Amino acid sequence: MSRNSAATPTLERRATRAAAADRVADAAGDRPRRRRRRWAGVAFVAPLVVYLVVFYAYPLVENVSMSLHRFTRATYITGEAPYVGTEIYREVLTAPAFVPTVQQTAVFVVGSLVFQYVIGLGLAVFFHRHFPLSIVLRGLFLVPWLLPIIVSATTWQWMMDADSGILNRFLGLFGLDPVWWLGADNSLWAVTIANIWLGIPFNLVILYSGLQNIPADLYEAAALDGAGAWRRFVSITLPLLRPVSAITLLLGFVYTLKVVDIIWITTTGTGTSQTLATWAYGMAFGKGTSAVIRYSEASVVGTILLVLALVMGVVYLVVQRRDQEA
Amino acid sequence: MTDSPRTWWKTGVGLVLTALMLFPLYWMVNVSLTRRSAIRSGDLYPRAFTLDNYRLVLQDQLPYLGTSLVVGLGTVLLTLLVSAPAGYALSSLFVPGRRALNFCLIVAQMIPAVVMALGFYTVYTDLGVLDTLPGLVVADSTVAIPFGVMLFSAFMAGIPRELLNAAAVDGANTWVTFTRVVLPISRNSAVTVALFAFLWAWSDFIFASTLNREGGKLRPITMGLYDYIGSQNQEWGALMATAVAASIPTAILLVVAQRYVAAGVTAGAVKD
Repeated sequence: MSRNSAATPTLERRATRAAAADRVADAAGDRPRRRRRRWAGVAFVAPLVVYLVVFYAYPLVENVSMSLHRFTRATYITGEAPYVGTEIYREVLTAPAFVPTVQQTAVFVVGSLVFQYVIGLGLAVFFHRHFPLSIVLRGLFLVPWLLPIIVSATTWQWMMDADSGILNRFLGLFGLDPVWWLGADNSLWAVTIANIWLGIPFNLVILYSGLQNIPADLYEAAALDGAGAWRRFVSITLPLLRPVSAITLLLGFVYTLKVVDIIWITTTGTGTSQTLATWAYGMAFGKGTSAVIRYSEASVVGTILLVLALVMGVVYLVVQRRDQEA
Repeated sequence: MTDSPRTWWKTGVGLVLTALMLFPLYWMVNVSLTRRSAIRSGDLYPRAFTLDNYRLVLQDQLPYLGTSLVVGLGTVLLTLLVSAPAGYALSSLFVPGRRALNFCLIVAQMIPAVVMALGFYTVYTDLGVLDTLPGLVVADSTVAIPFGVMLFSAFMAGIPRELLNAAAVDGANTWVTFTRVVLPISRNSAVTVALFAFLWAWSDFIFASTLNREGGKLRPITMGLYDYIGSQNQEWGALMATAVAASIPTAILLVVAQRYVAAGVTAGAVKD
């Protein structure tokens, strides 16, 4: 789960309003003022555009370029990186690690999303009707989301320690054998559990505010008609929450796909816990000997992630626009 | 009515759920207060109580905490300087290519940090700003600036046009309107943006561990923590005490600025 909160206002509507104001000024024969306004807008937005070009576009272009040139550690000294076309892409796609990594990424993302959403929704419904202390408790649920991920990750790492971790001690109470959580076979489940925990606050907050927008009289009417709590949830809450759910899951997908720190810190992406993002990170920046550093391969995986982000950006806009028309 | 037995029963369930959710944090504090010899016995409360781990934090981690503070404040400054005017332009002024720009901002928030780090690493090597604090500030602000622009423009679009027009009639140019009218009204949004920019910069691991690896003591607290993790026999007591220290801003913000936090989380993700 990324720290990024979801700032996605509905800007188009405002845009049309500003344009309308321009037309009014125009009709009034106020051309000089309009021209001044136009330049003012450009001037105010200029720092952002410069920033996006220099600190977003340029690094991203470098990333793609690196995936087409053979970069090695020596490149940074000699400056030599021969152009090899799509050769490195072929190498990465046919690497023995590629298919398992994609599968693990899928398990990690889908597993995280399903549980984060279901638990988040359950909690949102639970907190929806006020009870004593509900506001305080709901606020406390946010804490894991605000903490530095490295803090949460190290704590989970210790709790999942095979010998002295509290999780195995707890399982021991029920006579269960200790689980080697961070061992190669289980590490995917271990990091997924930690990531579910991290993502619950985000889902809770967004779904909770979605619930707030459902008119209360709908529930009252349904209750008068004799609909039980479950019936009301299925026939009112779920359908009316669909637009919010779509956005929550979509953003959750994007944020989960790019998770590095929680996995890297608990397992350094070893065993089954390697995902596309940690694979890229490990190849370029992993601790260890410099002999295994592979920038170009990392950039190939990075470019794949970049394309996925672009696609999801388009999907997001489409979903948002459909919501606005509905 | 709210004090009926039924809702108190819900409070009980709520307390249990919150305790479960926050248990890892309790465990972190618990371990940080436990003597080294007793850490592996896993007591439910710090029976072998000690403050030695925190003494170690004060001894070793202060430079890292200071660096994190500087990087955090630098990120806040850069984020506000770029995003407030842009938010105003996108919400209230004529900007050619506004739709394209909005799309870029949405996508920008979706780009994995590891991809940015890879690109930055080459760019920074060329520019010679690898392992410098300004370099880290710029990288950290890439997380906060798209968020800031969208939050500002969402709020500023709600400022009554009459107010802006009145300023214009009084002869104020766009700059004066922005600094004298728009910014003061947008104070709360600025606090929310600043708060998240600081929190993200403070929490950042990916950029610090890639663009500022060789920064020595001039590295943020997340790296101070990371140094412990790499070592062969991990000192869990000191590690957890450092983790607690790294959580201080979160704790302060939760107590002092909770409503701004809530404002930031829901900003626009839900249709108004």
